[in-house]
Amino acid sequence: MAIQILMPALSPTMEEGTLAKWLVKEGDTVASGDIIAEIETDKATMEFEAVDDGIIGKLLIAEGTEAVQVNAPIAVLLEEGESSDTMDIDVPAVFTRPVSSQVSKIELAPSAPASATIPAIISVPSGPDWPDETPVKQQSVREALRDAMIEEMTSDPTVYLMGEEVGEYQGAYKVSQGLLEKFGNKRVIDTPITEHGFAGIAVGAAFGGLRPIVEFMTFNFAMQAMDQIINSAAKTLYMSGGQMGAPMVFRGPNGAAARVGAQHSQDFAAWFAQIPGLKVAMPYSASDAKGLLKTAIRDPNPVIFLENEILYGRNFDVPIMDNFTVPFGRARIWREGSDVTIVSFGIGMQHALEAGEKLLADGIVAEVIDLRTLRPIDYDTVIASVKKTNRCVTVEEGFPVGSIGNHLSSVIMERAFDYLDAPVINCTGKDVPMPYAANLEKLALVTSDQVVAAVKSVTYR
Amino acid sequence: MAVRKSTSKPNISPDELLKYYKDMLMIRRFEEKAGQLYGMGLIGGFCHLYIGQEAVVVGLEAAAEEGDKRITSYRDHGHMLAAGMNPDGVMAELTGRVGGYSKGKGGSMHMFSKEKHFYGGHGIVAAQVPLGAGLAFADLYKENGRVTFTYFGDGAANQGQVYETFNMAALWELPVIFVIENNQYAMGTSQRRSTSSPDIYTRGAAFGIPGEAVDGMDVLSVKEAGDRAVNHCRSGKGPYILEVKTYRYRGHSMSDPAKYRTREEVQKMREERDAIEHVRSLLLTGKHASEDDLKAIDKEVKAIVNASADFAKESPEPDLDELWTDIYA
Ligand SMILES: Cc1ncc(C[n+]2csc(CCOP(=O)(O)OP(=O)(O)O)c2C)c(N)n1
Ligand SMILES: [Mg+2]
Repeated sequence: MAIQILMPALSPTMEEGTLAKWLVKEGDTVASGDIIAEIETDKATMEFEAVDDGIIGKLLIAEGTEAVQVNAPIAVLLEEGESSDTMDIDVPAVFTRPVSSQVSKIELAPSAPASATIPAIISVPSGPDWPDETPVKQQSVREALRDAMIEEMTSDPTVYLMGEEVGEYQGAYKVSQGLLEKFGNKRVIDTPITEHGFAGIAVGAAFGGLRPIVEFMTFNFAMQAMDQIINSAAKTLYMSGGQMGAPMVFRGPNGAAARVGAQHSQDFAAWFAQIPGLKVAMPYSASDAKGLLKTAIRDPNPVIFLENEILYGRNFDVPIMDNFTVPFGRARIWREGSDVTIVSFGIGMQHALEAGEKLLADGIVAEVIDLRTLRPIDYDTVIASVKKTNRCVTVEEGFPVGSIGNHLSSVIMERAFDYLDAPVINCTGKDVPMPYAANLEKLALVTSDQVVAAVKSVTYR
Repeated sequence: MAVRKSTSKPNISPDELLKYYKDMLMIRRFEEKAGQLYGMGLIGGFCHLYIGQEAVVVGLEAAAEEGDKRITSYRDHGHMLAAGMNPDGVMAELTGRVGGYSKGKGGSMHMFSKEKHFYGGHGIVAAQVPLGAGLAFADLYKENGRVTFTYFGDGAANQGQVYETFNMAALWELPVIFVIENNQYAMGTSQRRSTSSPDIYTRGAAFGIPGEAVDGMDVLSVKEAGDRAVNHCRSGKGPYILEVKTYRYRGHSMSDPAKYRTREEVQKMREERDAIEHVRSLLLTGKHASEDDLKAIDKEVKAIVNASADFAKESPEPDLDELWTDIYA
């Protein structure tokens, strides 16, 4: 019987891809394991192998077609003796999405977070971070991070990048794409899989006058290096009476990805934010990713720079200007409002902003604040807002116990107790290891609906 | 610390040889099916296929006895099937359903079976190495004569905890077999680019642990080396290292740009060194089986794998209350 070959999902976050190239033609005999096509996702071009033996009867999607959705039939595989003439299989239109060059590419959230659709382009009011007249371009978080590294490596020869698969592979999540070609293997260094080892070597190099950027493939693997980060990098300046410290950046994706289970899906923001001697940045937008990373690289202290896999492909406005940086310890107000203050950071901002949007339907105007850095924290902006709105909801993806929200609640209580009209509510991930099953994973993550419910509760609606 | 070259031992019975064939084929067909279900979106996240490496676990399981333990990394489907775990339960874990070995909560990388003495399924590279030594520690403590097969990759072999473990395993003479599945790549990094000396099996020398390199594309060599390692451990002489030279045909996980090696390299391995083809030709040339016999086995294996896929699709998602269970004992 003829088998339809379907557009494959080739990564945890892929929903559609480009059928870049057919490596077979109609009439070719293929065996299971033969490479039949090259498929491009946002991250890479991948080879697609036949899983059955047979003869290629019909290629249903022409090479070069963009935005082919996962599970769309792309070819028909025949058994010996079958003919494709007897069949007529059309590709349902629903399987390809028209691509217009006008619209910048939307990366939908993977199925995991149960969020509603995200607006294609998040309009960013000219914030405090760049002058009003500055031209902007749409750029993904991934590109913004790469540009920050390129700019800082260009201006400071002591900055170098090391980590697993950062060079020849171009980065496990393609953040360091092109850096090896540009800077060579003296400054873009592929390491063996030995996080504790190379983190220690980088701390030593920082003591010795370099400014290392250490990429962890994901922050889950930074657990292997925790001792060097906390006991060596964070504390040496203090222990040496200010003689030597570790000017360096530990960066990489942090937080839940999609369907990768308990050991690969967790947010360590609150952990690192606890440690004196470290600085901690956790950007949401591309401009913040760029501006904060440049600041981090220039900072004379060890900086934990928490990125997010799901945000990598998302586009935002980034200013076109020289020497654009974002200072640490200054929050950004994304939406002004008077009814409630929603405070978040990193991917939590997605839920916070979505909730802000949804709440308008109920006539609730929320002020949405992105902390951007968790050490230092811009308490003043939060307190000023709470004094105005008298209510606060915090949003983060991490575990509830000892969360950033817990800490903010206590600061708000100390500094604005008399202004509060309701208890502060912390929206967090659930107090469980991340499950693999799709339905449970959805349940474990913080959602904008949870934020909406919390806001309604503090506004007594 | 001798390297022994593979010698296909004729002292293996035709029945055994047929069993190896069937077991290896089962893993391959199972993995092909898993790849297919991943492509259809029925399996999510990371999914690391074992295709090409089948002879390693099948040969070593043939050297194991009831009660021996095994532990490995995220590339674990083959180990579970070879340990006798039910394909239905493995496939249903891949689809995140309640019929899976971890009730859908673990996924491809995190499955366990106490009954089959399979201790996971670990996602942090090399973390299973001290864990495996710990299992052996418990067996030695209980004086039950069991050994533990602790599998890890050529990439994992560069983690520091491996050497901390080697030292203690040798010091305390733990009955643990360190099986380094050297498939020549750690993601996109070839062994040459990550490892200062190519012979990982010699790395136990500093601790006094004997090691040998084994041809991992020849199940008979693997079985023979496995027997030596098991005898060493079971007789109370402490740990043993097997560096099994093997090859993975597919990408590191489902998302792999495959730019770090040539198609020709993969093709050459498949054509010239395939472990299943090797046994197949031994069976046919030795007249232990006819083409028809093997076809019947193929058919039987395919039916089991298809049934596991059906089970994995039909098994329901876990109950939402399961989010809160199994966190504390
Ligand atoms: C501590 C840690 N660092 C990095 C990773 C990401 N990672 C997963 S598998 C892998 C390669 C491991 O290669 P190898 O040990 O040779 O095993 P193979 O995948 O070839 O079976 C890497 C770098 C991880 N899971 N854990
Ligand atoms: Mg390997």
